[in-house]
Amino acid sequence: MAESHMLPGVPGQTPGMRGLVSDWASDQMAFKNVPWGKAMMWIFLLSDTFIFSCFLISYMTVRMSTVEPWPSPSEVFALHLFGRDIPLILIAIMTFILITSSGTMAMAVKFGYEKNRTATFWLLCVTALFGATFVGMQAFEWTKLIVEEGVRPWGNPMGAAQFGATFFMITGFHGTHVSIGVIFLLIIAFKVRRGDLDDERPGFLTGRKGRYEIVETLGLYWHFVDLVWVFIFAFFYLW
Amino acid sequence: MSSQAVHQEGQQHPIAIYLWIWGLLFVLSAMSYMVDYLEFQGYLRWSLIIIFMLLKAGLIVAVFMHMMWERMAIICAILIPPGVILILIALMAWEAEYTFLTRLLFFEGPTIVTE
Repeated sequence: MAESHMLPGVPGQTPGMRGLVSDWASDQMAFKNVPWGKAMMWIFLLSDTFIFSCFLISYMTVRMSTVEPWPSPSEVFALHLFGRDIPLILIAIMTFILITSSGTMAMAVKFGYEKNRTATFWLLCVTALFGATFVGMQAFEWTKLIVEEGVRPWGNPMGAAQFGATFFMITGFHGTHVSIGVIFLLIIAFKVRRGDLDDERPGFLTGRKGRYEIVETLGLYWHFVDLVWVFIFAFFYLW
Repeated sequence: MSSQAVHQEGQQHPIAIYLWIWGLLFVLSAMSYMVDYLEFQGYLRWSLIIIFMLLKAGLIVAVFMHMMWERMAIICAILIPPGVILILIALMAWEAEYTFLTRLLFFEGPTIVTE
């Protein structure tokens, strides 16, 4: 096969375009050495990218086409702290919490491959804790918006009616992703601590052997949730 | 499957790179928050938002999601398809402009009133 083109430093991998062509032309597995679960997670995330894109593009469309003024997110999401209104502060804190959880997740993946069970378990738990904190703050934000500001999916006192519809749809779908992520983080953390991955015990759902790859696969999902938040933060809250 | 042994260890990188990227993401988030806090407006605001957003997204995908160490085949399979979203954005922006102008023309007189 393409052994002659291989870099000495990266075994089994041909660099650049040549690698792309030889991979796709080899009429067998396209993603060599990429674990099955990881490739499938990437493809799932690709489809999820399209779903979130559709939401954000719908939001763009209704915001551009409304003749009523769009409520200022900077003011709507301000909190009254230390005797003054700080714009968007809750959302900023949520952003930092989610980034922190991404950092701990990345380290959990690293320690997982080093077969350091204790570190992986605790890092996964910390990640889940940050994720749950994020969802909690989102619940607080929704409550404040619904009860105090009177925002509804069909209207609000501040301006364009579409504000509520897009807000609840987009952040709700994202929050659901975070919640599902927290559940899976706890499941995998439990499996790590029990030693399922070291002993290659079959999983309860797929029956596939336990491997530390699943920590990386779960990490992909979790980083994606953070990635989506980057776009929501930019387009919905800052714009 | 014979070459499975080569990659059995999966992606292993020094912890320093994760901590660096983590720090960078913090700085970039703080900077994008400052865009709002300092009340930048207009094109300055929009371009800064987009720049910080793309930098953050790039760092997350490249390092945290290990994309920079993946093979070209998977990079292209995952990162190229979302490009078609740009076409949808262009089409819907066009459509939104049209709707907006139509609403101005038929819904209201010279002044725009709510309700």
